Amino acid sequence: MKTASSVRRLQTPEQLVSIQFAGAEVKVREGGNLAAELLAAGVSPFRETPVSGAPRNPYCMMGACFDCLVEIDGVARQACMTEVVAGMTISRHSAVRESDNA
Amino acid sequence: MLEADLVVIGAGPAGMSASRTAAEAGLTVVLLDEQLRAGGQIYREVENAAPVRGDILGADFVDGLSLVRALEHPNITHVKGAVVWQIEDRTTVAYSINGVASFVIGKRLLIATGALERPMPVAGWTLPGVMTVGAAQILIKQSGMVLDKAVLAGCGPLLYLTAAQMCRAGARPLALVETQSMADLFFSLRHGLGAIRGWRDLAKGLGLLAELRRAGVKRYTGATAIAIDGETSVEALRFRTNGQEHRLECATVLLHHGVVPNTQAALSIGAAHEWREQQRAFAPITDEWGGTPIDEVFIAGDGAGVGGAVVAALAGEISACQVACGLGAITDEQRDKAAGPLRRRLRRELAIRPFLDRAYPPYAEAVSPADDTIVCRCEEVTAGAIRRFARLGCIGPNQAKAFGRLGMGPCQGRCCGLTVTELLASENARSPDQTGYYRIRPPIKPVTLQEMASVAEEGEQEITRET
Repeated sequence: MKTASSVRRLQTPEQLVSIQFAGAEVKVREGGNLAAELLAAGVSPFRETPVSGAPRNPYCMMGACFDCLVEIDGVARQACMTEVVAGMTISRHSAVRESDNA
Repeated sequence: MLEADLVVIGAGPAGMSASRTAAEAGLTVVLLDEQLRAGGQIYREVENAAPVRGDILGADFVDGLSLVRALEHPNITHVKGAVVWQIEDRTTVAYSINGVASFVIGKRLLIATGALERPMPVAGWTLPGVMTVGAAQILIKQSGMVLDKAVLAGCGPLLYLTAAQMCRAGARPLALVETQSMADLFFSLRHGLGAIRGWRDLAKGLGLLAELRRAGVKRYTGATAIAIDGETSVEALRFRTNGQEHRLECATVLLHHGVVPNTQAALSIGAAHEWREQQRAFAPITDEWGGTPIDEVFIAGDGAGVGGAVVAALAGEISACQVACGLGAITDEQRDKAAGPLRRRLRRELAIRPFLDRAYPPYAEAVSPADDTIVCRCEEVTAGAIRRFARLGCIGPNQAKAFGRLGMGPCQGRCCGLTVTELLASENARSPDQTGYYRIRPPIKPVTLQEMASVAEEGEQEITRET
């Protein structure tokens, strides 16, 4: 899951908090932008597409592309439009088509 | 439920300046914005970023502070983190904050939803590690983060600005791979007079280029056949210049070839739009005040046609003057007296645009991508599939939904709409106006049934109270 992150913080934050992403502990900045914080922590991919299972990460960072969709407490949310709260439990969003279940 | 004389959607330069002008004229204003802090994308997080990263981001960014501070006015209610998902009865706006839905009812509505980056579909553009140039800027502005080992590909002034900001932040890009050609620059000189009137912008652009040269950033121009290699994330960018093949190993590819009006909200209420050939995009039809054929609805800023932050702020003020006049807060004379100088500055600021449009045209191979390139990121539909739909009789984007679920994923066409219009227009030998765009229906942002139900309950309670 983890890759060498190409996203780098200009300043080391004073304190990081723990959240869960896909069952693993990730250290992020409280109140930070969730998509940016997950990228800085080296998380990849954020999700897999429902059509082909292709890996996706944040693309636009402004709420337009929906490629950063994650599930927070069971609800699909845009990571780039969400603030980090310590203790968040996030799972990888991999919506499966109804027709695929049939 | 909130009520106001004027409801503004979007706290970018247009929305902020309109709110202040309307408030000063005595109107009550509710300003809805998706972000938790005002500024829009251009001044994203300016209050936090300017003091600590102002030197990296530059003076034009720090200028946004005055617009944000001007929102502190007793007549302005700035509703933060409000995701607008529906507009009904012309000026009633439904929005959600953290999953809790509410309404606001205005006498007038101003849509100031700004711009989106033009979709730039090239091979491999869905890989992790590919982002827009705007996204890289947002990471710097909001989060104080930079992208290392990056290549910027595409064209336009934003490429130079962002590359310079990255250099100042100690994350020098590996290269700029630019798609505009010498011929583009040559023909743009026909608009040289406009460029001279916009000399300040031109000087800034030349200054940025000099800065990139000093920093030692490699630039390639006239690039074609751009493709991104990688298995699970970006590994390299391939392209051709002057018949020579290049392959640059990198960890990040940042794409950009211009910005286009974000028309989702305006389209969702049926405001008429037209194709602007010079900008290769749809824009709403508005009058000189930003007014639309829907009497109570105004559109200002980049969402009405891309002109940049300064133009947007001026346009916001102009629209607010007309709104204040229409609601009787100021007279026709007061309105015209205020608008005159604003319009003169607007014309001056717009002077550079024809030059820029011609010097940095959209990358041709992203406007008409190769058959195996994904166009619709959500549903993973390729350009080849769209061409096949056209041969089967598909004449417009709306029909394309039935042919292949195009534009029906979560982004609702924001990342593919213009490409689909261009592809179908070209295949069917019809104009973009004849081809049209997706029909945008509410909810324009995802909303849960629970959120909708909570609004319905609120409505019932009010009815109960009234009876």
